Amino acid sequence: MTTTLPAYDEVVARYEPVIGLETHVELGTNTKMFCGCPTDFGGEPNTRVCPVCLGLPGSLPVANKAAIEAIIRIGLALNCSIAEWCRFARKNYFYPDMPKNFQISQYDEPICVDGYLDVEVGGETVRIEIERVHLEEDTGKTLHVGGATGRIHGATESLVDYNRAGIPLVEIVTKPIAGTGSLAPDVARAYVAELRDVIRTLGVSDVRMEEGSLRCDVNTSLNLPGQEWGTRTETKNVNSLRSVERAVRSEMLRQASVLDAGGRITQETRHFHEDTGDTTPGRSKETATDYRYFPEPDLVPIAPDPAWVAELKAALPELPRVHRRRLQQQWGLSDLDMQSVLNAGAVELIEATVAAGTTPAAARKWWLGELSRRANESGVELADIGATPKQVAELQGLVDAGKLNDKLARAVLEGVVDGEGSPTEIMTNRGLEVVSDTGALTAAVDEAIAANPGIADKIRSGKVAAAGALVGAVMKTTRGQADAKTVRELVLERLGVQG
Amino acid sequence: MAAISREEVAHLARLSRLAVTEEELDTFAGQLDVILQAVAQVGEVAAADIPPTSHSVPLTNIFREDVVTPCLTPEEVLSGAPDAEDQRFRVPRILTEDVAS
Repeated sequence: MTTTLPAYDEVVARYEPVIGLETHVELGTNTKMFCGCPTDFGGEPNTRVCPVCLGLPGSLPVANKAAIEAIIRIGLALNCSIAEWCRFARKNYFYPDMPKNFQISQYDEPICVDGYLDVEVGGETVRIEIERVHLEEDTGKTLHVGGATGRIHGATESLVDYNRAGIPLVEIVTKPIAGTGSLAPDVARAYVAELRDVIRTLGVSDVRMEEGSLRCDVNTSLNLPGQEWGTRTETKNVNSLRSVERAVRSEMLRQASVLDAGGRITQETRHFHEDTGDTTPGRSKETATDYRYFPEPDLVPIAPDPAWVAELKAALPELPRVHRRRLQQQWGLSDLDMQSVLNAGAVELIEATVAAGTTPAAARKWWLGELSRRANESGVELADIGATPKQVAELQGLVDAGKLNDKLARAVLEGVVDGEGSPTEIMTNRGLEVVSDTGALTAAVDEAIAANPGIADKIRSGKVAAAGALVGAVMKTTRGQADAKTVRELVLERLGVQG
Repeated sequence: MAAISREEVAHLARLSRLAVTEEELDTFAGQLDVILQAVAQVGEVAAADIPPTSHSVPLTNIFREDVVTPCLTPEEVLSGAPDAEDQRFRVPRILTEDVAS
């Protein structure tokens, strides 16, 4: 599109956005949803398949108990009601990513319904209503060949690997989220982040967006104040938290420019492009989906024993919101400070750094300072910056031991981020250690005194503040590798003055 | 009135990617209509106190423990495939097709 997009502020002044999120989470069970094939990531093509997940005649699926337990726990953590009785359904469609020509899913009887998840955005709590949480099976991977870009358009044929087909997939669908105004992109991001943290806390999935174990589709529409909700689009392929936020924002801008020009929004699927941050149209919903759902005859209904559900509920771990509140108290942070930790995605990183033996203040300083800056510059999530909590704790340990000063520690941290090794290795290899050998330091101090007799006299006569100039000179000759406090003490000592 | 129209049969054939001739449409529409009428008779005796039946056996909660069982070898997997390449099933061009999520 060549039209100039309107400014975001103008868009949210004129229109009200409504968003909705559909999130798919691959469960971390040992085996697939309906057969005993292993689920681990990777592996040679078509080595993790059996007659059941290939849909061979005569094979019968049997539901994985661990997956049923996992989805009930997810539902309970999201404050859902757990169905007393529900069924699987066949979703019929003609596409080779499932060898059966249908996907086993749930239709009008999801196992979990009507929940909510509270998220913090800009110091406010926003309650995201959950419509449903249901269980289905993941699809195989198709590789399109013959096309120019590996995409489906222009491909002459497709190659299919069914290793992923049948892995348990949980779909979590929100109700439409209205009334968030200009914060809509932030709310979308905060929701996915919170959902990810909840599921990780439950230990039922590794929820890694970059590996596709958590995938997100974002619905967006705009309407004029006081009017009905607008036509929505569904943006697929949104594979990082940052992309969730960008996808909502760019779709709001695009729709506003269409509406401003008197146009109409087409209900369609759009694809998000990580590189440009834009969306482009995909399949139009007008060519219609007719999945002909019907109850899956090969699987008997699920009727979770209420006693089992109560047991699972009682055994839920401390959820992220509660956990964060406890950490905030332990770390002695204000709401605002805690919010910036949360925004930076640094809660778990700081927690792990503290666990590795660092004070909360020092851990927070590194993660929110130097490392956040680097993450922002290179556009990656803080957790993916390349430094681990253990390394940060080691770095702070070197500072505490007087081997590194603040400036040197920053240089070492750069090295850690660039993958040069552990802080100790980098310090040694690059010769960044603070000059603590008193002999060498004393020589440098004496040299500075000799070179600046006037200043030395001033200090001797009691003007202790003048020592700064000599400290500076020593820091210069030692290329910053001295501890300024030690140097100052040494200067005063050599001149026979009390500090 | 027919229980299924000729247009509905054509639509189903399209969804299933079946090439059905005009004559076949007439035949199938007639045959399916007879089947559906017969099934509809069952509906006539269903009273309000009889819930719709989807499963013939009164069972629930048949689960499997989360334990790995042996897979097929890639040779076995691809033995029935019309075409294969790089240990993957090779299928004809897919365009403007639907994808499940």
